[in-house]
Amino acid sequence: MQLNRDFLPSLAGLFFYMNEKLENIKKLNITKPLLLDCKQNVSNFPLAYETYGELNKDKDNAILVFHALTGDQFVSGINPVTKKEGWWNTAVGPGKAIDTNKYFVICANVIGGCMGSWGPKEINKKTSEPYGLNFPVITIRDIVKAQETLLDYLGIKKLLCATGGSMGGMQALQFCATFPDRTFSAIPIACSTSHSAQNIALNELARQAVMADPVWDKGKYLKKKVQPKNGLAVARMVGHISYLSEKGMQEKFGRKLQEKADYEFSFDADFQVESYLRHQGYTFVERFDANSILYITRAMDYFDLSRQFKGGLVEAFKNQQTKFLVISFSSDWLYTTRENKDTVIALNAAGADVSFAEIKTDKGHDSFLVNEPEFLKTIKGFIDSMHTKFKNEKRI
Amino acid sequence: MKKEFKAIADIIPKNISVLDVGCGDGSLMNLLIKEKNIKARGLEIKEEYVKKCISRGLSVIEGDAETELHQFPDQSFDFVILSQTLQAFYNPEKVLKDLLRVGKSAIVSIPNFGYWKVRTSLLFFGKMPVTKTLPNNWYDTPNLHMCTIKDLFNFCSDKNIKINKIIGLNENRTSEIKKSNLERKNLFSKIGIFWLG
Repeated sequence: MQLNRDFLPSLAGLFFYMNEKLENIKKLNITKPLLLDCKQNVSNFPLAYETYGELNKDKDNAILVFHALTGDQFVSGINPVTKKEGWWNTAVGPGKAIDTNKYFVICANVIGGCMGSWGPKEINKKTSEPYGLNFPVITIRDIVKAQETLLDYLGIKKLLCATGGSMGGMQALQFCATFPDRTFSAIPIACSTSHSAQNIALNELARQAVMADPVWDKGKYLKKKVQPKNGLAVARMVGHISYLSEKGMQEKFGRKLQEKADYEFSFDADFQVESYLRHQGYTFVERFDANSILYITRAMDYFDLSRQFKGGLVEAFKNQQTKFLVISFSSDWLYTTRENKDTVIALNAAGADVSFAEIKTDKGHDSFLVNEPEFLKTIKGFIDSMHTKFKNEKRI
Repeated sequence: MKKEFKAIADIIPKNISVLDVGCGDGSLMNLLIKEKNIKARGLEIKEEYVKKCISRGLSVIEGDAETELHQFPDQSFDFVILSQTLQAFYNPEKVLKDLLRVGKSAIVSIPNFGYWKVRTSLLFFGKMPVTKTLPNNWYDTPNLHMCTIKDLFNFCSDKNIKINKIIGLNENRTSEIKKSNLERKNLFSKIGIFWLG
């Protein structure tokens, strides 16, 4: 594949420049030992996080947001590292659906990530080199367990709500299954209780793209201060195709040409959709570590709640007091309405308190990240009503 | 239809669990929660109603009762309510059986096609009736299987569905319907409320 190589040198140093800026962000050093699913016992590792709004006196207004595959802890406002808008700026902020004037919003960078939390680009104290592939293979449960410690540190016994979309939704489900008493309500958005074959296949495509880049060098590229940008950019392009719907993509791009009147009879980006994908791919490599993509996609693939509990999903959600709102998007083909409904069925079978809404939209899986008024209205209505109930429950 | 909800609420004991199938904007659920302290869940097909319920703090699942009652385990609710929608299903018999599978009891209300105003509309004017309880025209009505109180009564007998109680509703009164007064009540009730199972 011919990629736009002229674009690359200017970005070469950016990723490493950003790494230096990670020194100033909030980090909790987790000392409590964590037994990972791969049986490795770890402790003394950093968890980078950010908070928005203020925790009230009764501590009943805390919302834990879980980010998706390529997200980070910077949910709202301007991301201080990338200088771009926070990934959930449409939903979280003062006066927004998740109103930070009213609620205390917490988000942590997942372990295995690259925005300051313990991940494959961190220095392994034993070798004084970046972990690379020596980083343990982690799971969604490991990711969630690490974040529970943050709640202890912040002095929050019970959250008002745990929420997230896509991989963030899986974390929300895992969080409820593992810590049934730690949140009053939960909104798993556009996700499933286990990763489907199609989703594993797409993740494998992303990983193969990274690993096929010679610069990747079995994950040891950081020692040479380089990034397998071409592979990582392709991995991101795969993702971007899967986040849009067929109709949405057709309406946005169609067969429109990119700043030209006719075909150029070359392999440059003639079509707008090509140009869009290349742009998404190459801006992504500025802020993301290639090994993190391998580790986090793996964690998603290993996710299967029914496998963790003898007796399957019903057992996973048994004795849940948490009030759930499951949301799906009609044009999402990555985590379909069918899959989200399966979560609802499992919750129902376990006797849990669950609501479900499908948002009709052409915006595909990405719908939870864009300005989709019906979606935002739904989460606002739910969270506000849950806050009233939570306060009443605490009073009793 | 406040009176109908009131009559349904009168049948339901306190502190039990209820599934309201076709719960609309959640008015009945709200009434039952307030007056009977019940654990309420709803199933509703219309997206805007689902959102309204959710913002009222009610637990509602968006879905079609015709195809999605299967998701609820057997006997998982004390009562299942179906208010004035039985006639709108393609297969009312299947839905009715599902209601009685999911609930230990079911309350099913129907707009009565045997009501005298409905009968006179057809008899004297030769037109499909348009009334308060049947507000649509023949071409835009969601009702596929209109029936009378007597029809549903006979249907339950034929299918061995146990009838615990039937309440008839007209303009300002509710009254109990029995086999002995069925003919008269079938003429004078706008709505029939059946407590089954």
